[in-house]
Amino acid sequence: MTLQDEVWWITLAGIGGVALVFLYVISQAARQAEATQVQARAYAIRRWFFLALIVLGVGVTAATLAPFPIPNQHASSQARQAVKAVGRQWFWELSPGRIRVGVPAEFQVTSADVNHGFGIYDRSGRLLAQTQAMPGITNRLVYTFTLPGKYRVLCLEYCGLAHHGMILEFDVIGAPEGQS
Amino acid sequence: MSTLYPDSEALPARERTVLNLYLVSALMLFILLMAFGLAMRLAQGAWIAIPPNIFYQIMTAHGAGMVGTVGLASSAVMWFFLRKYVRLSLPIFAANYAFFMLGAVLLLGATFIGQYAGAWTFLYPLPVHSMGIWTVGAAAVFMLGYLLIGLGFLLFYLDAMRAVIRVYGNLGRALGLQWLFGGTIDKAHPGTVVASTMVIIVNSLGILGGAVVLVMSLVNAYVPDFMLSALFTKNLIYFFGHVFINSSIYMAVIGVYELLPRYTGRVWSVSRPFLWAWAANTVLVLIVFPHHLLMDFAMPRWAMVVGQVASHAEGLPVFAVIAYGALTNIYRSGMRWRMPSMLVVLAMFGWAAGIVPAIIDGTISVNRVMHNTLWVPGHFHFYLLLGVLPMLLAFMYHLIGERADRPDRGGDKLGLMVYLLGGLTFVGMFLAGGHASEPRRYAVHFVEWRPYDRVASIGAALVISAMLLFAARICRGLLKAPVRSGASLKE
Repeated sequence: MTLQDEVWWITLAGIGGVALVFLYVISQAARQAEATQVQARAYAIRRWFFLALIVLGVGVTAATLAPFPIPNQHASSQARQAVKAVGRQWFWELSPGRIRVGVPAEFQVTSADVNHGFGIYDRSGRLLAQTQAMPGITNRLVYTFTLPGKYRVLCLEYCGLAHHGMILEFDVIGAPEGQS
Repeated sequence: MSTLYPDSEALPARERTVLNLYLVSALMLFILLMAFGLAMRLAQGAWIAIPPNIFYQIMTAHGAGMVGTVGLASSAVMWFFLRKYVRLSLPIFAANYAFFMLGAVLLLGATFIGQYAGAWTFLYPLPVHSMGIWTVGAAAVFMLGYLLIGLGFLLFYLDAMRAVIRVYGNLGRALGLQWLFGGTIDKAHPGTVVASTMVIIVNSLGILGGAVVLVMSLVNAYVPDFMLSALFTKNLIYFFGHVFINSSIYMAVIGVYELLPRYTGRVWSVSRPFLWAWAANTVLVLIVFPHHLLMDFAMPRWAMVVGQVASHAEGLPVFAVIAYGALTNIYRSGMRWRMPSMLVVLAMFGWAAGIVPAIIDGTISVNRVMHNTLWVPGHFHFYLLLGVLPMLLAFMYHLIGERADRPDRGGDKLGLMVYLLGGLTFVGMFLAGGHASEPRRYAVHFVEWRPYDRVASIGAALVISAMLLFAARICRGLLKAPVRSGASLKE
């Protein structure tokens, strides 16, 4: 299951949960009960609901921020391939144009003109990773390809007339023997 | 017959005229801008052909127009209810409308005559770096339009700030900060004043931030040596944009606080959790904007952490206080189901459900594969189309007298069902497109993405059909019947 799939199912479950709560309350709306009793019970439940949300939030924060999901932009990278990526209206320059599989690649992403979005897509059309390409700034994105083949870079920040055509295909090749 | 809200809601003729101008204009703009949205989805689905330059002009007008129009209509909600508790200036309310319309003319002129297509976010330096597609003059007119609209809103907020301070002494007391840690809460302290004060604070700051970046961008347009930092301007733009659209939501929520009790017969008074929620909102709305910059790796790490944590924390007041409070108010209340109350319940669902994908996307590790895909318009259309717009429609139906003692028309209920079905279909296809990694803001879609676009087009057409019905009914009601005073409640 991809990260997108996980996000999709968690979202559907969340929206479904909200919908069920609303449907339940709507189904009860026509009945009548003393407001103070309803409030007292609801507020008692809310304490637990609030506590559950806090625990969930703390857990998600801890689980998703450690280790920090974005490489340190100021420390020297451990990646063994450096790839320069420059966005221009409306094409990409990638150097070198071939990347080895299984070896962490550091994409040094910048722009020669306006803001672009550097999105790496696999052959099935799934977005693998991204960063912004900005004039005057180099963002370092580290990604390790696990399969050789054709990949594409799509622009993910609106950059003008041919934004949708700003696509580059590149190869990820098998590592030479003796290298991992 | 008793009333929860003793102050009369009857409007003198001049007030009514200005309010009608706001609401009728907003409805017309909503329909026009929805038609723009439908056109974009049809083009992406290859059911109609729109050249990319025109597509991006439409996209720019749709984004800028919708953000502004939601703000305009929401400010009418805030004005209508806040005026019961403090004395607001009608000329300034009217001036806000005039500035908005003038600004809107400039935006539309820059877009469709000047061919400006730099998106509503005008990210530096795109407005002045179009590769000859539009002129610097067109970009400048677009930004001047924004400045005029912002000026109108700022006047409105400053007037509201003056009026609130005159009655409550200072903004802190109006927010109820004196009761956060103890003391006996004055149950008569209006939730409308609390929510309005929060909006006054955050959106005044947001608009000032927007004005700074707009002026800097305008200077840069004509003095290119006055270079800007792309990252700094992006921060300011998203600070302004996020605060503005959030404020619009919270202004519309005022209508929920005011209207829902009239159909449930239960008072919805302020409480300590309520006051904590709005105090927290005041801070969170101001600091959450870095979640728009999670893929700008040059951002300080602490700012990204703030963006993620604040995004998640922003859900707490919405889920645990506002939506939960509404559901508590409804539960076994013997609720009367009328158009305003049905729309309010839809709105609370749309808002609460819509922030689920938004909060998830505010997680850095998720944002890596969802940012700037259709997931983003998926979540904001969810809580705007199925959350905020129903809040605004509820207010309008309330105004035309569709209250607890008036029977609904079958057409309205059918319209509501069509709106819900169309809305869920429309936003569902955005989210599904995001799940499939479709980038946002593409004039041309790959063949494999078109099925989503086509189903979304059908959903959009259903929404527009329902909106046409609502707009016709509301406009006729606004222009015909005087606004009735008071609001009946069950004894």
